[in-house]
Amino acid sequence: MKVDNSLPLEYSTEENNLKILGFWIFIGAEIMLFATLFTAYFTLVNRTGNGPTGAEIFEITPVLIETILLLTSSFTIGLGIHAMRLNKKKATMGFFIVTLILGLAFLGVEIYEFTHYVHVGAGLQVSAFTAALLTTLGTHGLHVTLGLFWGFFILLQIKKRGLTPETANKSFIFSLYWHFLDIIWIFIFSFIYLKGMM
Amino acid sequence: MDFFDRFAVPHPSFLIYASMVGIGLTMLAIVVGITYFKKWGYLWREWITTVDHKRIGIMYLLSALLMLFRGGVDGIMMRYQLSMPENTFLDSQHYNEVFTTHGVVMILFMAMPFIIFFFNYLVPLQIGARDVAFPRLNALSFWLFFMGMGLFNISFIVGGSPDAGWTSYFPLAGNEFSTSVGTNYYMIAIQIAGIGTLMTGINFITTILKMRAPGMTLMKMPMFTWSAFIANVIIVFAFPVLTVLLAMGTMDRLFGTNFFTTDNGGMDMLWANLFWVWGHPEVYILILPAFGLYSEIIPTFARRNLYGYTSMVASMVIISLLSFFVWAHHFFTMGQGPLANSIFSISTMAIAVPTGVKIFNWLFTLWKGKIEFTTPMLYSVLFIPLFTLGGVTGVMLAMSAADYQYHNTMFLVAHFHNVIIPGVVYAMLAGLTFYWPKIFGFMLNERLGKWTAWTLSIGFVLAFIPMYITGLDGQARRMYTYSESTGFSLLNMVSFVGAAIMAIAFVLLVYNIYYSIRYSPRNIGSDPWDARSLEWATHTPVPEYNFAITPQVASTQAFWDSKKNGHELFKGDIEKIHMPNNSGLPFIMSCIFFVFGFAMIFSIWPLAIITLIGILACMTYRSFEKDHGRYISVEEIKETEKRLRGAKNEGR
Repeated sequence: MKVDNSLPLEYSTEENNLKILGFWIFIGAEIMLFATLFTAYFTLVNRTGNGPTGAEIFEITPVLIETILLLTSSFTIGLGIHAMRLNKKKATMGFFIVTLILGLAFLGVEIYEFTHYVHVGAGLQVSAFTAALLTTLGTHGLHVTLGLFWGFFILLQIKKRGLTPETANKSFIFSLYWHFLDIIWIFIFSFIYLKGMM
Repeated sequence: MDFFDRFAVPHPSFLIYASMVGIGLTMLAIVVGITYFKKWGYLWREWITTVDHKRIGIMYLLSALLMLFRGGVDGIMMRYQLSMPENTFLDSQHYNEVFTTHGVVMILFMAMPFIIFFFNYLVPLQIGARDVAFPRLNALSFWLFFMGMGLFNISFIVGGSPDAGWTSYFPLAGNEFSTSVGTNYYMIAIQIAGIGTLMTGINFITTILKMRAPGMTLMKMPMFTWSAFIANVIIVFAFPVLTVLLAMGTMDRLFGTNFFTTDNGGMDMLWANLFWVWGHPEVYILILPAFGLYSEIIPTFARRNLYGYTSMVASMVIISLLSFFVWAHHFFTMGQGPLANSIFSISTMAIAVPTGVKIFNWLFTLWKGKIEFTTPMLYSVLFIPLFTLGGVTGVMLAMSAADYQYHNTMFLVAHFHNVIIPGVVYAMLAGLTFYWPKIFGFMLNERLGKWTAWTLSIGFVLAFIPMYITGLDGQARRMYTYSESTGFSLLNMVSFVGAAIMAIAFVLLVYNIYYSIRYSPRNIGSDPWDARSLEWATHTPVPEYNFAITPQVASTQAFWDSKKNGHELFKGDIEKIHMPNNSGLPFIMSCIFFVFGFAMIFSIWPLAIITLIGILACMTYRSFEKDHGRYISVEEIKETEKRLRGAKNEGR
């Protein structure tokens, strides 16, 4: 394996370069996936049938908490990658742990939010609107959940194997994924919640 | 409902029971055969665990040929049912199932794997690469596709086939009107295969962008690689729409949501719109690589450089962009109003322009060429007029006002078969004949090949041209029978005869393969057609590492230049080559996906949860796995090169 030391660790081998480009293309596909979900959501947003509308069920407090948690976690994963570039293993791991805890907290609040919706009569089967809402939020939540497991595995690998071209590559790609989920959340926050509460 | 009742076929008939017995016996024969010849180990080591793009390609090819016959039998059954008025060969339910599976199988499980076979086999060779960017992912793509295909194909003997058309429009496909598990099969099997295809798209875009031989700029890539690149870009942008669509359809059917229902706010037209947002780009995913193959074959046998390289690329890019802006032309009659219809009408007609550019480019390539009528060339020359006919009827259909007459009639059926068969199927057969010697080391018989091409074309014209007429006279598609007073009998009988002749052509194809395996001369060298691009520059059979030395490229046809204009392809010395290791994980994970899909289809939740955990466990294993590949030593490469070069010289 040829290692080019003039480049950051995550870009240092040819295979690493391929993986990073491949992941960007995957993110392209993910953008289409969420775009389709948003399209479905905005088509169905006013088709509430006998169920409640968005304005009736949305609560600003948990949504704000979720937003702050996820945005902060996006910041800490950025710091993690910065530490990785400075070759500081302990700091990298520390920021990964903070990121994962924030992600977990986000997920906890989101689960509370979902139970709240079911409680106020906005379950999955109630109307086209609730189905689209919970599917869009749920898909994002599922991505976060998978990301938590993935990030945890990478954390273990950094601990065991140190900052090698492979683990650095995985960490960097994970950070791309995490930032992407953050951006999707910003769209959800602005166009589903804020617009829905107006 | 009793637990085991749901696995029964809802509308059993003699044909289905006979198929069950046939499938059972075939499976048994395969298992006994492999065991008897002690081939399990070979199969596992060389094929099931392989990550070699060439072998994965061949497995795609075998799947595609298998599905060509499955879909073909469906087609023949439909034509026979309609050949006489008031025929009772199939009842209405069985007819519904047959046209649904015919569509799905032919598009998703025949045409898609066929083009992916060409992507896999040709793209790395054409760009001078050792393999694709992510070989392991490539194996996973194949096995997911394969398991999706398997799942879809068991539907007609376990629980019943989907019966709501290959478009599966809601509310017809909802629980209310499609009560059997058939449509669950549609939702889940296509989902699994679709995930595989999406990964293929990511893999090939990365491969083409990052792994080209030195000197091969984007505008020096062979035309097939260009078409593969654009098709894969369309895959990456279109398939996520299908993923979401099928997930929503699954939720409507299994979890009682209201996306596409008719009450509680559900909107059935959302399905139709999203389906075609994926579905229309999908047909360009099929046709663009077909165009790419014609662009390889026509210059080879006209002995001329491809005319208008830049305009060929530009027209493909324009087609790929337009393909996302025409979807509503599939339902002009469903009430979007004149403004939307006009816009989609115009964007649809606009596609004829870049396509026309390509047709003229091929004609200009032929102009003043020293044309050699080999079988692949014969297919290409038959393609141009037949496809143009289909294209022109497409422009007729694009006129939204006139479409009220054509919509949902046999006219439409005639149109899309008229573009798909001469467009895609001919390209697949032409490409198969063209690349057969590269893949298997011997030529297919030319005489039998030409017979096949002509038989297929005569059968095609007889089968589909009459449908234009009956369609204009008002024969609706997807109707299982008609009365004699309609006057459709004669033309439908002609159609059936044509379909039977097409069946004969496919039998000829199989016979040709058998005949050529037995009698075709071996040792034909690595470049039997005197072709032009890099895939012919390596040995036949292609060694595992493709090229011992990475080729240097300076033009769009590097190999031709190395033969005729003294271009030096292989500079430098042999170095050790890094190759990926085989892995059983893609196969195992896809098998678990199969069981997961089955459990979802039949709502067996505990099994679904267990298998889902299994899938996640496979991904976890992969995350922790250390796999740095292996090296092929210089000595080994030199030995292989010597052996292969020896074989070639012997033949001269």
